[in-house]
Amino acid sequence: MLAAVLSLGGIGLVAAAALGVAAKKFAVEVDPREAAILEILPGANCGACGLPGCSGYAKGVVDGSIAPNLCTPGGSDTVEKIAHILGVEAITAEPKVAVVFCQGDNSKATEKYRYLGLQDCNAAQKIADGPKSCPGGCLGLGTCERVCPFGAIEITAEGLAVISREKCTGCEKCVGVCPRKVIRMAPLEATTHVLCNSHDKGALVRKYCQVGCIACTICKKNAPEAYQIENFLAEVIYEKHSEAAGVLEKCPTKCIRDFTTGYPEGSSFAPPTVPVTPAQND
Amino acid sequence: MNLKTFAGGLHPPDGKHYSAHCPIESCPLPDELIIPLSQHIGAPAAACVAVGDQVKKGQVIADAKGFVSVPIHASTSGEVIAVEPRLHPMGKALPAVVIRPDGEDCWDASLQGADPANLSVDELKDRIRAAGIVGMGGATFPTHVKLSPPEEKKIDTLIINGVECEPFLTADHRLMLEQSERLLDGIEILRKVLGIERTVIGIEANKPDAIEKLTQEGAARNIEVQALEVKYPQGAEKQLIDALTGRQVPSGTLPMEVGVVVQNVGTAAAVSDAIRHGHPLVERVATVTGPGVHAPKNLLIRIGTPLRHMVEQCGGLNGDPAKIIMGGPMMGQTQLSLDIPAIRGTSGLLIFRREDLPTRLEAGPCIRCGRCIGVCPIHLQPTTIAAYARLDMIDEAEGYHALDCIECGCCTYICPATLPLVQSIRHAKGGIMAKKRTI
Amino acid sequence: MVIYALLPACAVSIYFFGVPALSVLLICTLGCVAAEAICCKVMGRKMTLADGSAALTGILLALNLPPSAPWWMSLFGAFIAILIGKQVYGGLGYNPFNPALVARVVLLISFPVQMTTWTAPAPIGSGLDAVTTATPLGEMKTAVMLTGKLPELATSGFSNYLTGNMGGCLGEVSALALLIGGLYLLYKKIITWHTPVSFAGTVIIIGGIFWLIDPTKYPSPLFHLLTGGLILGVFFMATDMVSSPVTDKGMLIFGFGCGLITVLIRLFGGYPEGVSFAILLMNAATPLIDRYTRPKIFGQIEQEAKS
Repeated sequence: MLAAVLSLGGIGLVAAAALGVAAKKFAVEVDPREAAILEILPGANCGACGLPGCSGYAKGVVDGSIAPNLCTPGGSDTVEKIAHILGVEAITAEPKVAVVFCQGDNSKATEKYRYLGLQDCNAAQKIADGPKSCPGGCLGLGTCERVCPFGAIEITAEGLAVISREKCTGCEKCVGVCPRKVIRMAPLEATTHVLCNSHDKGALVRKYCQVGCIACTICKKNAPEAYQIENFLAEVIYEKHSEAAGVLEKCPTKCIRDFTTGYPEGSSFAPPTVPVTPAQND
Repeated sequence: MNLKTFAGGLHPPDGKHYSAHCPIESCPLPDELIIPLSQHIGAPAAACVAVGDQVKKGQVIADAKGFVSVPIHASTSGEVIAVEPRLHPMGKALPAVVIRPDGEDCWDASLQGADPANLSVDELKDRIRAAGIVGMGGATFPTHVKLSPPEEKKIDTLIINGVECEPFLTADHRLMLEQSERLLDGIEILRKVLGIERTVIGIEANKPDAIEKLTQEGAARNIEVQALEVKYPQGAEKQLIDALTGRQVPSGTLPMEVGVVVQNVGTAAAVSDAIRHGHPLVERVATVTGPGVHAPKNLLIRIGTPLRHMVEQCGGLNGDPAKIIMGGPMMGQTQLSLDIPAIRGTSGLLIFRREDLPTRLEAGPCIRCGRCIGVCPIHLQPTTIAAYARLDMIDEAEGYHALDCIECGCCTYICPATLPLVQSIRHAKGGIMAKKRTI
Repeated sequence: MVIYALLPACAVSIYFFGVPALSVLLICTLGCVAAEAICCKVMGRKMTLADGSAALTGILLALNLPPSAPWWMSLFGAFIAILIGKQVYGGLGYNPFNPALVARVVLLISFPVQMTTWTAPAPIGSGLDAVTTATPLGEMKTAVMLTGKLPELATSGFSNYLTGNMGGCLGEVSALALLIGGLYLLYKKIITWHTPVSFAGTVIIIGGIFWLIDPTKYPSPLFHLLTGGLILGVFFMATDMVSSPVTDKGMLIFGFGCGLITVLIRLFGGYPEGVSFAILLMNAATPLIDRYTRPKIFGQIEQEAKS
């Protein structure tokens, strides 16, 4: 019994010592700043900076091959800290979030055909340009949900992608995979959006969607500074977004939504606290 | 009887009884012909007529662009009333020429027939190309390309595909029975173009009347007829070559690699018309069938005839259509509406009602039963490729030979978990091709 | 479907072992179904009870337990099968091991006494009381270890083994009933012949070789075939599609491996019975087998010859 304990213990000690020596002897020289930056980065390895992972970005920032303000998920806070470690001036980018410009879920928008295939938006889009009658509407098969490294996207029971403004870090991964380009980036500050992505004429939009923009121009008439209409689709001019919320009630199809009043129907996300403004320290 | 065949495949209920006994009927002119400019694999043709032009039957209305392309012709005489995007069988709006028939159905006077004996091989090929002839089994590959193998490829066998393994379709069957003279004449022309003698017509054993007729008539012209086991996809080009010659076309190459050219029976018949009468490919035989039409028929239709018009000639719809398929049920394409026109590759139009369709369960998880592997005529592992496709693991999918898939649909048909296997593999193929383009 | 195929075996086991067998069957089946339901609920997955896979696992597990198994053990086994054997991997279709076998092995190692306490069969109406006995395989092992000679039972009594009149697990006993179920599965084309034939064939051949070497020390292949859970394993456990190879060639290799390991454990291992370990070990090798038995694709032969 004693022999067994001693011999096992002995083996353990020797192995531990060997490991310890090896760790010291073969240690790779790392710039301490690199480790410090890696510590600050969110660690999601999302690739928003253009590099494969956070450690790659930390290395790039230290050796100066890449700008220090590209970590959108980390936000201005992270950029500040990185700048501080590197001893440079922080140039923070305006924080942005991804927005799904569509509210036409299966209860509100019609389908061209019943799709039974692979649950992937890109696969569905290849079949007669997707099952939705609307050429721009969200297909709701969850391709964006699956690529989001932050769990910020959900698909509602009626098949509509909704992005949480609090969880979204602006890494733009979802923007890249969406076959219909219905997800676009918008300033985090702006909470009012025209949630429609159809450039069809109003009469046609009415046929296939209850909540699509019919380009009636009422929003533009009431807030000419805040809206523009291009190609039969109204858009908020984000430089003047503060004036956009005023016409919410006047929109006949209710395709303009102010996120502070809540997310599209069916979403489980709690309405964002008003207003979501990131820590700004200029 | 020991019938030739290939390994894998399956035999779905064939539904041919709806229309196998119906003689080919000529479909009257519709009010409007919608002739899409892309009706073949390869570059779409470019329209060369304008709104208001009067055209004659057989007149070129769109020119071929490039070698792998063919011109498009007016399928009747009349006035061009629109050149605009129209809903295409592919499911998208694509450029098309719309003609309002004048009812005369008058051929373009400049089209002249000739005796093939007086024409050189190149002249024959040019005429075939000018007539817009493409593979009429459904793949619509330009025929003149198939007939122009590079010098180093020695062709020794011409295979005529009369298999018609797709369930429900009977157009080729009727064509073989009723128009064997056209067909055999076309075969002789094809033989002359290829400069070979050996010709085999492959026909599935479920068409004994066609086998008997062609065996008798073909004997005089030294054309062999071979009965084949009734199994899908017996008519797939590479499977057919394997069954008839025992040669396997190497992965990623064309049949000419093993010295074979395959042509569909409809194509051969169209070649005869093009040479003897100078008539381009403006009509074809298509089967309009399924429990969703009152009187299934084999119709001789003009290219561009709206599907709705075809259905009206067959007694109209029987109940509410739930699924409209252009082509066969295994590889055909589901259509969004009956206002879509028939094109050169339209071998059939199938209409099913809700009650005819199986209640399709929601796709479940793969339990690795391996049936898809057993039926795959290419001996792929569909479930493995599909699993990689779902995970976007494109390299792995390629490693499992996703690109060799012929999309015959056997795996999807047999899958007890109703997984969309073919679609997943197609998704993987798209990913692989996209990656290859970027490198 | 597979459940129907197991009904004769269940019936025979109930006939021989009476109420205890029935209760083991019920507890296992209901336990598995309950475990599956709870899992789906907790993990937020879709309810998958309708596919019947949980009930099947339960029945298979029950057939792998002795009729005297206490109720808590059956229940524990049922939860192990579903939780550890299946749901942690992602549910139906993703489990690398046969869930029922995982549970059986866990129970066998954790509760060796209860798992190896066998009751002699007391057919309903025979008026016999339950008597503790040993399985033919167990007795053989003990005898061989003690005396180096085969006991008498290893050379006779085959008709009893065939009908199931011997001690053992619920599903070990009646080779005949299992055979009927197995043939039904083959007839219905739910399983293919590859795995069963290669599994049973290997056992017969390798067992036979040893028997020919020394018939006094090693039992005959027929004894191997009819005792223990071999038939159950061959038709119902090894053919589990999820945890076995998908290719024909792979299934042959899989069956061969199962047979080899089974005979080796039976003759030389510490446990009297080796079917469940053999199948589990080969389950682990399944991805590897699949990888190396990919069928040659159409048109690949010439291509390789050319390059």
